[in-house]
Amino acid sequence: MNDIQLPPIDYAALLPMLIVFGLACVGILAEAFVPRKHRFAVQATLTLAALIAGLVTVIINRDLEVTTIGGAVTIDGAGLFLQGIILVLGIVAFGLIAERRLERGGAFVANAAHAADSDGDKKQLNEAGATEIFPLTLFAIAGMMLFCVSGDLLTMFVALEVFSLPLYLMCGLARRRRLLSQESALKYFLLGAFASAFFLYGVALIYGYAGSVQLVAIKQSVLDSDKSGVLLAAGLALLAIGLLFKAAAVPFHVWTPDVYQGAPTPITALMAACVKAAAFGGLLRVFNVAFETTSWDWRPVITAVAMATMIVGSILAVTQTDIKRLLAYSSIANAGYLLVGVVSLGGAVGSSMFYLVAYGFSVLAAFGMVTLVRDADGEATHLSRWAGLGKGSPLFSAMFTIIMLGFAGIPLTSGFSSKFALFSSAWDANQSALVIVGVLSSVVLAFPYLKVVVLLWLNPPGDETPTVSVPGYLTRAVVGVGVLATIVLGVAPSWLLDMVNSAGTFLAK
Amino acid sequence: MDGYLGSYATLGILLLVAGAFFAVAYTANRLLRTNAPSAAKSTTYECGLDPAGGDWAQAQIRYYVYAFLYALFAVESVFLFPWATVFDALGMITVAEMGVFVAVLALGLLYAWRKGVLSWTTA
Amino acid sequence: MDSITYADATGALSSMWLLVAIPAVSAAVLLLLGKRADKWGHWLGVAAVLAAFGLAVTYFFQLKGLDNRSAALNLFEFIHIGGLEVNVGLLFDPLTAVFVLLITGVGFLIHVYAVGYMSHDPGRRRFFAYFNLFVAAMLLLVLGDNYVMLYAGWEGVGLASYLLISFWYERPAAATAGKKAFLINRVGDVGFALAIFLMFATFGTTDYAKVFNGVLESEAGQTVSAGVLLALGLLLLLGACGKSGQFPLQTWLPDAMEGPTPVSALIHAATMVTAGVYMIARSATIFNANETAQTVVVSIGALTLLIGCIIGCAKDGIKRVLAYSTVSQIGYMFLAVGLGGGAYALGIIHLLAHGFFKAGLFLGAGSVMHGMKDQEDIRRYGGLWKHMKITWATFGLGWLAIIGMFPFSGFFTKDPIILSAFNREGWTGWLYGGAALLGAGLTAFYMTRLFVLTFHGKPRWEMEKHGDHHADGDEAHHAGIKQTADGRDIQHPHESPLIMTIPLIVLALGSVFAGYLMSTSVVDWLTPVLGDAPEEHGRLSHGTVTVLTLGVVVIGAAIAFLLFRNGTELVERPARTHIVRAARNNLYADRFNELVFELPGRLLTRALVWVDNRGVDGIVNGLAAAFGGGSGRLRRLQTGYVRTYALSILSGAVLVVAALLAVRLG
Repeated sequence: MNDIQLPPIDYAALLPMLIVFGLACVGILAEAFVPRKHRFAVQATLTLAALIAGLVTVIINRDLEVTTIGGAVTIDGAGLFLQGIILVLGIVAFGLIAERRLERGGAFVANAAHAADSDGDKKQLNEAGATEIFPLTLFAIAGMMLFCVSGDLLTMFVALEVFSLPLYLMCGLARRRRLLSQESALKYFLLGAFASAFFLYGVALIYGYAGSVQLVAIKQSVLDSDKSGVLLAAGLALLAIGLLFKAAAVPFHVWTPDVYQGAPTPITALMAACVKAAAFGGLLRVFNVAFETTSWDWRPVITAVAMATMIVGSILAVTQTDIKRLLAYSSIANAGYLLVGVVSLGGAVGSSMFYLVAYGFSVLAAFGMVTLVRDADGEATHLSRWAGLGKGSPLFSAMFTIIMLGFAGIPLTSGFSSKFALFSSAWDANQSALVIVGVLSSVVLAFPYLKVVVLLWLNPPGDETPTVSVPGYLTRAVVGVGVLATIVLGVAPSWLLDMVNSAGTFLAK
Repeated sequence: MDGYLGSYATLGILLLVAGAFFAVAYTANRLLRTNAPSAAKSTTYECGLDPAGGDWAQAQIRYYVYAFLYALFAVESVFLFPWATVFDALGMITVAEMGVFVAVLALGLLYAWRKGVLSWTTA
Repeated sequence: MDSITYADATGALSSMWLLVAIPAVSAAVLLLLGKRADKWGHWLGVAAVLAAFGLAVTYFFQLKGLDNRSAALNLFEFIHIGGLEVNVGLLFDPLTAVFVLLITGVGFLIHVYAVGYMSHDPGRRRFFAYFNLFVAAMLLLVLGDNYVMLYAGWEGVGLASYLLISFWYERPAAATAGKKAFLINRVGDVGFALAIFLMFATFGTTDYAKVFNGVLESEAGQTVSAGVLLALGLLLLLGACGKSGQFPLQTWLPDAMEGPTPVSALIHAATMVTAGVYMIARSATIFNANETAQTVVVSIGALTLLIGCIIGCAKDGIKRVLAYSTVSQIGYMFLAVGLGGGAYALGIIHLLAHGFFKAGLFLGAGSVMHGMKDQEDIRRYGGLWKHMKITWATFGLGWLAIIGMFPFSGFFTKDPIILSAFNREGWTGWLYGGAALLGAGLTAFYMTRLFVLTFHGKPRWEMEKHGDHHADGDEAHHAGIKQTADGRDIQHPHESPLIMTIPLIVLALGSVFAGYLMSTSVVDWLTPVLGDAPEEHGRLSHGTVTVLTLGVVVIGAAIAFLLFRNGTELVERPARTHIVRAARNNLYADRFNELVFELPGRLLTRALVWVDNRGVDGIVNGLAAAFGGGSGRLRRLQTGYVRTYALSILSGAVLVVAALLAVRLG
């Protein structure tokens, strides 16, 4: 009994995550003990402080390469960069979550459990929203950070649940359209649990094959395991399904439009930017570290999934009439582009991470602006309501135009430079078929974006064109940062590309 | 019926037979029965009473909260017992670590208590 | 050819980024200031282009003094990833110089003209903003020193053109035309984008100098397979066809005439549509290295020039005819650049001369429409020469130039192309030469028809009866004909104001003299970029071809004059032959595109939508409506069942697992 060895723990390497997790716990305490009227200010400050402190410690750790807690966590260049992306995008998304000037009490309700349209539900329409949203955000972000640096599949699963559970809850907190919001939360939860089961079963099968759940050990076992390859293939498939679900790849994308539409827009933004980064961070790590040597087995399948994702996402985006659903399908198509990076392995890790940054900023700004177009019933998301907004709100429309042009991949925006970098690396990795499908689908995808631009500028305003709210300073900052990043990363992306390339790749030993 | 997969083959045959039995029984039933649907037959059976209200009902959320809290602390004790048998050999550091673990759970309980979840009657 | 190097920019040329920056800043100012700039915004736009023109002239003389005749300016690193390095860099060499002069020079004149033309339009400031944006993008296109920069400009002009075509969005036709231009251009862009990736994969770079040197080296050492070079050439060509309105992507260009006339003149006649010619000329090294690719370029050029001519004969909208003549003239340019060797320079000088006379013709057409309350149908013109003398004279000079009459500019630029086509080796020389010659005759025919019907004969706008409008309503719509706002025809056509006629006069002077001036000097000027001038010996001498061409032109023009000197009927006669019917229907190009590109896309979309929703939306909504459920219930059901989603995830999972196992075990 006494030969149990305690694994050494490198607290410095874990510090960013410890800070965010720790302050999330403090946030719960604050929720319990700070008087109601100070709660919002305290929670918001605490959350921002946690995210910034996390980012600072990530930057301090930037050259660290270490495997700690007995292999459960691998801190390496790529992992730290992904953590940095999640924290930066999280700080920007925080601006949308903390915004309380657009709507009295913020975008969230106090109690998600009231049945929609019941008396209690109607009463809370005018009450201040839940400040629990802040610790929940911190837990989700900390989970995502852990997800990107997990050294074994079990830690990865725990991290997956840690960031998923708060998201399920936050999806149900929308102040308006309660029924849609609750429906989206329930759907996301049920399907997410379904996908998690796949993931867990995959982990079990892989353990059966490799005798370990550590990524590095799995890689080793491929070379010398005497177990049936069926275990590995089936395990890999099930594991991939769990991950592809979070990444919203076809055919595991079905939840995306409903959830993106129903969730409160700030949370949708958080999902589109940060969860995407985390999910692809995990995918990149799993495939680059554990399954790189078996790429002959899984490449055809993931290639097919990537193609299907690009094609389905871009074509269905064309038929959408709701801006949030349009952005949802566009995020599906973008998941397809990112999968191109996953399939291309090593050389494309840098450009995939660059893509995550570029896309994250643009999508945050896009959803930020969606929160601004409002009428008496809250956000007006149907596209017909956006017609002719350019007349009354030229600045808003100009900014949205820039974002849409960015998504469409027009040169001098980040959408072009990121797609260009990603497809170049993929072509370099001999994935020319994927690049061709990618270019074709991005051509199709440009159409719905340009349709929105034309709608804004060239259509006559209807009688029911909603107003654009004067944004509070937080939303203004989010939109400004997003638009600025879209332009800067489009005109002069080389500094960030240098950074992702020098960040190095995943530690595989 | 031998070899590595032999026993599985037996299981497979059993499954096939079971499926066939099910199919035959139901097909025979369908062929032999009379068919006279009526509105009264499709109503929900409620011990002879006329069904009232819709089929959507809300369960009391507090049951769920209690079940949840119970599961939480059951899991905690699952961790505590094996730890208790070895912690003296591993030193104070494990005591501190378990302290953190318990504290995190306690934090949740504290939050639940402050929110009034633990008392049955308050809203 | 020796390896290609570009000297670093020195002196004034190191400020050439200003060429792009000035119009871009002006566009930004006009867009951001909004209504505050309404009063003076158009003059800012004009001034920006004038400044760019002044700079262009300065740079031109600088360049003339340089030994290497090139100036490269590396601004900053754009993308550096793996082995790929793309810089934001500019290159000013003879080819770029002539394009910059054309864009800023003709662009300036058209800007001035537009001040007058758009004076009554409430969106004039916005118009000038887009216009400046276009000029900036076009300059970026020709100034970039690598294919990614070229692509950036390429997309920029596409965007500006899209915005300008849809400028009058109240007209459904304009919105549709904008959409069509965008979609068809994207088809071409796919080719271009893939060409860039292929270039990167083959040569590890997209810089002109490095790519061309790579091609030259590979020719010597056979390092790059002919198939790759062919693919590269064809992909670039696909891009060029999209932008330049060449077969089979020509259909968007005539529809693009729904935009304001200055737009047609600048973008869809003089500059943007020639970007494809620029790209092929710039990539001369790539095309020279591959004979098959060259043959394809020549064939497309020859085919398109005939298609343009044939359809041009059957159209009645003044701008439509000019649009098809553009398609056809660009066909000549493609033919020339495809012939390779010295014929590249011939294509470029025809492009420059065309820039002048086509801009003049379009602006002249705009001036006619301005005086005729936007009537576009040439059957309802006639005898206008008395009422608008300047327009008549300048349009006439442009007409003589485009049909290639001696001594106008078209003669000096089109003749050598026909000659080179005849002198192509083998039997194909007869084919291409014959096509070019036939095209010259047809051009003379339909342009004379246009000129005579518009300016001579009896005025048919006076005979107009109110009731005639309904009979041809549908047909008229197809031909792009607008009825006047109050349903009556114009009683008093008038000449346009000075601000519109002065550019006309300048451009007319260009149509007269430009051809002769450029036919010798520009060819020599371009030699460093494109190679030596064509050899004079061949199967037909220069004199023979000149006589032949002039003969065909005179015959074409004479037939048109005899047929149409007394005017024509106001209503379209029913088509008696298949060829007329086909020509009126744009040779069924739209239907072809619809069948080949649109229909599969639409079917795929429909199938995907059905699969994605599994018809859930439809069925559920139907059920809910049938049961008369409350709104709450309807909303709950509207977005689909979670169990359907779970099932789709499960089937996807089964597929993935099965596929992986199959790969593993198979």
